[in-house]
Amino acid sequence: MSAIADPVELAGAAASGAAPLLTVRGLRAQYGSTQVLHGLDFDVAARGITTILGANGAGKTTTLRAVCNMVRTEGQITLAGERIDGLATENVVRRGVAHVPDGRGTFLNLSVEENLRLGAYTRRDRDAVAPDYERVYGYFPRLKERCKQQAGTLSGGEQQMLAVSRALMLRPRLLLLDEPSFGLAPKIVQHLFEIFRVINAQDGIGMLLVEQNASMALKLAQHAYLLETGRVVMSGPAEAIRNDESVRRSYLGY
Amino acid sequence: MDQLIHQILSGLATGGIYASVALALVMIYQATHLVNFAQGELAMFATYLAWALIQAGVPYWGAFAITVVSAFVGGVLIERIIIRPVENAPILAVVIVFIALLVIFNSLAGWIFSYTIKPFPSPFPAEPLFGNSYVSSHELGSMAITLVVLLMLFVFFRYTPLGLAMRAAAQNPESSRLVGIRVGWMLALGWGLAAAIGAIAGMMVAPTVFLEPNMMGGILLYAFAGALLGGIDSPGGAVLGGFIVGVLENVVGAYVGTELKLTVALIVIVGVLVVRPSGLFGKVHVTRV
Repeated sequence: MSAIADPVELAGAAASGAAPLLTVRGLRAQYGSTQVLHGLDFDVAARGITTILGANGAGKTTTLRAVCNMVRTEGQITLAGERIDGLATENVVRRGVAHVPDGRGTFLNLSVEENLRLGAYTRRDRDAVAPDYERVYGYFPRLKERCKQQAGTLSGGEQQMLAVSRALMLRPRLLLLDEPSFGLAPKIVQHLFEIFRVINAQDGIGMLLVEQNASMALKLAQHAYLLETGRVVMSGPAEAIRNDESVRRSYLGY
Repeated sequence: MDQLIHQILSGLATGGIYASVALALVMIYQATHLVNFAQGELAMFATYLAWALIQAGVPYWGAFAITVVSAFVGGVLIERIIIRPVENAPILAVVIVFIALLVIFNSLAGWIFSYTIKPFPSPFPAEPLFGNSYVSSHELGSMAITLVVLLMLFVFFRYTPLGLAMRAAAQNPESSRLVGIRVGWMLALGWGLAAAIGAIAGMMVAPTVFLEPNMMGGILLYAFAGALLGGIDSPGGAVLGGFIVGVLENVVGAYVGTELKLTVALIVIVGVLVVRPSGLFGKVHVTRV
């Protein structure tokens, strides 16, 4: 075993009593022969929001990709009591995991509307899909204005809204968010995080949020993990981490 | 003038064949970024199947339907069994597989059916429709069938969820997986569709060029020229390009000399590559370095 110290667990960590939505144990991932994650343990509580923070290259994006089996992964991943590790990406998605990927994953040559339609591709409840378009258009009226436009012509911020909307069209149980604030104007980030809060409260969608913008993420999430070179170095309730000055200074840089 | 109209109309008829094959090429190209050199031989082999069925006493349209379905299944199987294992192989390896398929199907056809030229029946009447003097019934009929096929494909890709998923899978496989699309199957379906389109083109062209193992060689070249002219990554462009090449080939053949027919295709290929590599409707590729 490695000589790495056990991660610091901040007090008050006892999460709600309900069984977690997502449980990850001993998660390892590698690109080619390079090991990127060295055995992560983390949970997302039912109806909870968990954030993973860390510097560039700490393995945040890889962690999300590992949950969807988009990289070579080892370890146990359990979604609502069901093992999902080893399932093909599309089957993980079909169990209700929506991923807003790094780089937004826009279908550039398709229209905005077609992008949303693809989000609902695996849903069989056709009647319930129609109102969902209106719902996401309600969250992001800009997308409605541009619904016939080719998605490649959207601005970066609009593509981010589209990526979130596409993920919501799946009606997921768990939403994986890879730096949703990336490249967005502060005002739009506020709006986006407000929508996450609303969705989480209304639909009870669990969220795993990876962010550079630590202060926004810690305000939204209930629980946080700090990642450093592929290891969890600290975890605890978001509030405790937010209020711990030494943590803020050494890990979060604000 | 009559002569010109006649040439243009029969150019449109052969152009429809080129357009179909060009579309089949583009469909595979969009998913793999490679030109499937075996596309023509697959079509030829399917046409032999139709011929064998007709010889066995199956009525024309019955043989037609069985052939199209078998070609579709064959295309899917080829993707699953032969192409899938080399999916992530270097480009050259895949190209070699395509060429191997070409040679294999060509030889297989020669071995099973012999290299002697065979007449292939046309489902359309021998005398021109409506007593016109410009186009034969077969030309008109094959044009109509091509247009119906193209229209059906357009509707399929544009308006059905499966068509949308296939377009998405070809464009952005990773994002497609993230919305739950089974990308592997979409690619296999693409091969099936391309093979089925090719089979129809083969059966439509066989009555004019006669059935033999090398009958699709030239046609593949014209189709490639058409696809390139329209833009190798643009289905609509490929169809238009196919029609343009068909007309061009016929008019040049009639007024300049039949010897230059194939040259037209090559001139188009070289011309497009020199002047406008992305074709009429293709995307200009910009790579960040």
